[in-house]
Amino acid sequence: MKPRKFDLVRAETTAEALAALSEAGGEAKIFAGGQSLMAMMNLRLLDPSVLIDISQTAELSYIKEVGDKLEIGAATTQVELLSWPGLADRLPLLHQAIPHLGHFQTRNRGTICGSLAHSDPSSELPLCLATLGGEVVLKSTRGERVLSAADFQLGMMTTARTDDELIVAARYPFKKPGEGFAFTEVAQRRGDFAIVAVAAVANGNTTRLGVGGVADKPTVKSWTNLADENLDEELNALAWELKGSDDIHATARYRREMVRRLGRRVIEEANSCRS
Amino acid sequence: MPKLSQEAVQKINFTLNGDAETGLAEPRMLLSDFLRNVMGVTGCHVGCEHGVCGACTVQIDGKVQRSCLTLAVQVEGRRVDTVESLAGRENELTDLQQAFKTHHGLQCGYCTPGILMSASEYLQQNPNPTEEEVRDMLSGHLCRCTGYAGIVNAIMATAKQRQENKS
Repeated sequence: MKPRKFDLVRAETTAEALAALSEAGGEAKIFAGGQSLMAMMNLRLLDPSVLIDISQTAELSYIKEVGDKLEIGAATTQVELLSWPGLADRLPLLHQAIPHLGHFQTRNRGTICGSLAHSDPSSELPLCLATLGGEVVLKSTRGERVLSAADFQLGMMTTARTDDELIVAARYPFKKPGEGFAFTEVAQRRGDFAIVAVAAVANGNTTRLGVGGVADKPTVKSWTNLADENLDEELNALAWELKGSDDIHATARYRREMVRRLGRRVIEEANSCRS
Repeated sequence: MPKLSQEAVQKINFTLNGDAETGLAEPRMLLSDFLRNVMGVTGCHVGCEHGVCGACTVQIDGKVQRSCLTLAVQVEGRRVDTVESLAGRENELTDLQQAFKTHHGLQCGYCTPGILMSASEYLQQNPNPTEEEVRDMLSGHLCRCTGYAGIVNAIMATAKQRQENKS
């Protein structure tokens, strides 16, 4: 289908985008890569009266180091992050996860911040943000605030962003010495939304496991000095805690089993590749 | 700040398959419809219209993208290439197109233009791919005729031939 009619603002600067958002009073949507937004508009699931195009907003397209994190601007595409030279060494989890995110053809256009804004519970980038303890930078004409992944991601396609705010950047923490990372997922075909996705970080003392696709948002569980003989029991408890439900793709029981099996696999892998 | 009213028809100046072109579209018009219905470039096929099937895939500034998830007004000043750009003016097939013919990489041909555009960019980026990498790239396209075997063979054969031609 085709989208309904809308006014289009081509924001040349961040300030213009923020002014347009403020003026529209909740009727506007931000168009960054459009890979989820346009699909929803074509299906008439969304009907914004104003579309604010930031895809060509030069000041929002960047990748830079900010302290111990990598900051990625709102107009930066997934393929641009995947091509960032330090990704494999300094953000190994994203290096492993991004190839699962959509397809070659959609990563050329889809943005990092757009995926976080869309906040699909089975999506890879929100899961990595939660697992790594990253943050997002929100800006409006009223000011700027920085939210942790936990404070930003509220539920099924729901974030703490208010109507007049733009997610101007996302920040993913770099690998620290001694940490190991692993990511895997099951999906119906490569590039589809995951049925269950798991990400693990281990540093020898602490083990963190993020799970996507089961609860209504990415969920992270942390253990200190987790012994292998307790792992199955802990994963089983987590699988039930997440309260996954049946849907057209998989049963709740299947999802629990994936949390147990894939959870063990990534935790073992993260521990074995610590460096 | 440039704001386009929903009713206003915009003049879009862009490069289409190497030629400077101009067309008219209102903001809601999808690039796929613009290419087919305004510019008459029917090699851009429309399948699902929500970014899943890949039939409408074209190159914008050399990068493959879904034209059904792009607005026509967004290609102002940019370069768009469709399957019509591949064969050239003498209608000679490219090596990739010839390989699709040789290896039975198509039957009905509906998905083919999108796949050709993807494979063209992909082979430039990764001139010597593994079969697994080619299949991963193809996950962004749906083909219901071939079972993908012929498509994979055609792309692998093209890559191999290009490597041999180089050495």
